Amino acid sequence: MKTKSLRTGKNWLYGPLIFMSIFYLLPMYVMLVTGFKPFEEVDLKTMWALPRHIAFDNYVEAFRHLAPSLRNSFVMVIPATIISSFLGSINGYVLAKWKFKGADVIFPLILFGMFIPYQSILIPLVQFMKSVNLTGIPGLILTHVIYGIPITTLTFRNYYASLPQELIEAARIDGASMLGVYRWILLPISIPSFVVVLIWQFTSAWNDFLFAVVLTGNTQWPITVALNNMAGSQIIAWNVQMAGSLLAALPTLLVYLFLGQYFLRGLLAGSLKG
Amino acid sequence: MFKNKDRYLSFLLVLPSILAVMIFIYGFIGWSIRVSLSKWKGLTPNFEWAGLKNYIDLFSDPRFMVDIRNTVIFTVVFVVGCIVVGFLLAVMLDQGLKGEAFFRTLFLFPMAISFIVTGVVWRWLMNPATGSRMSGLNLLFSYLNLDFLINNWHTTPTWGIAAVALAAIWQMSGYTMALYLAGLRSIPLELREAAQIDGASELQIYRYVILPILTPVTLSVLIILGHISLKVFDLIIAMAGKQLALDVPAIYMWQTTFDGLFYARGAAIATLLLISVAVLIVPYMWFTLRSEKQL
Repeated sequence: MKTKSLRTGKNWLYGPLIFMSIFYLLPMYVMLVTGFKPFEEVDLKTMWALPRHIAFDNYVEAFRHLAPSLRNSFVMVIPATIISSFLGSINGYVLAKWKFKGADVIFPLILFGMFIPYQSILIPLVQFMKSVNLTGIPGLILTHVIYGIPITTLTFRNYYASLPQELIEAARIDGASMLGVYRWILLPISIPSFVVVLIWQFTSAWNDFLFAVVLTGNTQWPITVALNNMAGSQIIAWNVQMAGSLLAALPTLLVYLFLGQYFLRGLLAGSLKG
Repeated sequence: MFKNKDRYLSFLLVLPSILAVMIFIYGFIGWSIRVSLSKWKGLTPNFEWAGLKNYIDLFSDPRFMVDIRNTVIFTVVFVVGCIVVGFLLAVMLDQGLKGEAFFRTLFLFPMAISFIVTGVVWRWLMNPATGSRMSGLNLLFSYLNLDFLINNWHTTPTWGIAAVALAAIWQMSGYTMALYLAGLRSIPLELREAAQIDGASELQIYRYVILPILTPVTLSVLIILGHISLKVFDLIIAMAGKQLALDVPAIYMWQTTFDGLFYARGAAIATLLLISVAVLIVPYMWFTLRSEKQL
């Protein structure tokens, strides 16, 4: 039960809360109303006005420009997300339940990789990818898998470490092998952790710009690079850029709207607070 | 009680990841540092020893001085803004109001969006055009008779980077709120009740009971946000392109390396970035992991 005196007479708080909601929604509002205006209604001077007629001109035009890169993003993000989640889950299992000698040293070393500015590995990465001929989307997938190891390992390790050791030992007495325990005991109950990690990796790979811009050429650009170039060009009107921004944001926004709780857990894990 | 075979197998399973981390993180960092000590400028790698010359040159480079100034302004505005907004939102949402989940979801959604999208949209919101061509937030201020708020945003000399920080606050203050909210939720109710019984007003409870308990959260927030602002890159690119006025080390590194082919200087900037991030993160990791062990 919450103490009454602390919780009553607080209705005035809706004032600042609604004010802040408007702040957070302003960019969304502009993106949406601009996107739904027909071309002839679009004007920077009336940017805050609601559309008088609903049209999809801007989205069609933006999609025409961005469709190949949206496709590239999906082709890159889906395998990268799935591979790094499984890798993280195996690593987390071993580092939580099968600590080998030195595991306590290895773990922080892995973790540090989560925080480094990627500029500090960028030159060797580009040189390496060129020398093994792994440019474009496959190279980008490998990059996201490797630099995703720290966060995926951390999330799974923390989850598996919270499970009682007896669970493992009981299964082993019943004759399960090391992999058997993983396959039949841990994997089925780690679905929520998988959701957290899948969402996290999906979001960060989808939203990545730095790796994409140095590793891909224009036929393989993912959406972030294509959108940035669209915005930087003088030819494409601002209203189409707005519509394009919404297209670029939509996949991760939908994931957030439907699986917000898991998204939040990923965020907290990313600050070592999960 | 574990069989040896399983021990080897478990080690073999993590070996690829450990090797990947050792090569792609630590090996590459080492390689980068080596490049930063070389004379490599141009398409072909040149590892001829240059000592610390690239670093020394940077500190007499006017562009790098602008970068440092911009990073400092950005960091202060961004970190202070996120903490103030995030803390206040968390406190308001901790009062058990109806619709809390709705507001929480709303404040946090920008975290799902890329810095590129944020930058593209905020660029139009912060359009500095004046007179009949006025648009974006300036136009909105003029509608609301708040003309004194009309400004040049990111095109303001020297302080333009603060406008970029505002867009970053929009994106990450919800995250800060989430961290504080998690902290507030972990404070036992008895503690507040005890302070109440002792006659403390609500403001006093927040000032003298809750704020001190949340110090570790504030410290984490400072470090996480601080290291993000050292790395800021895509947001500025999307908002302002490669304008020199809004330059930061990450952009300088990218441009001088991949456009200017001055690999040695790029690597030196990258190394300085890494060192500044490590100064923040290593002690943070050390304390976090140590306190986890004591539990």
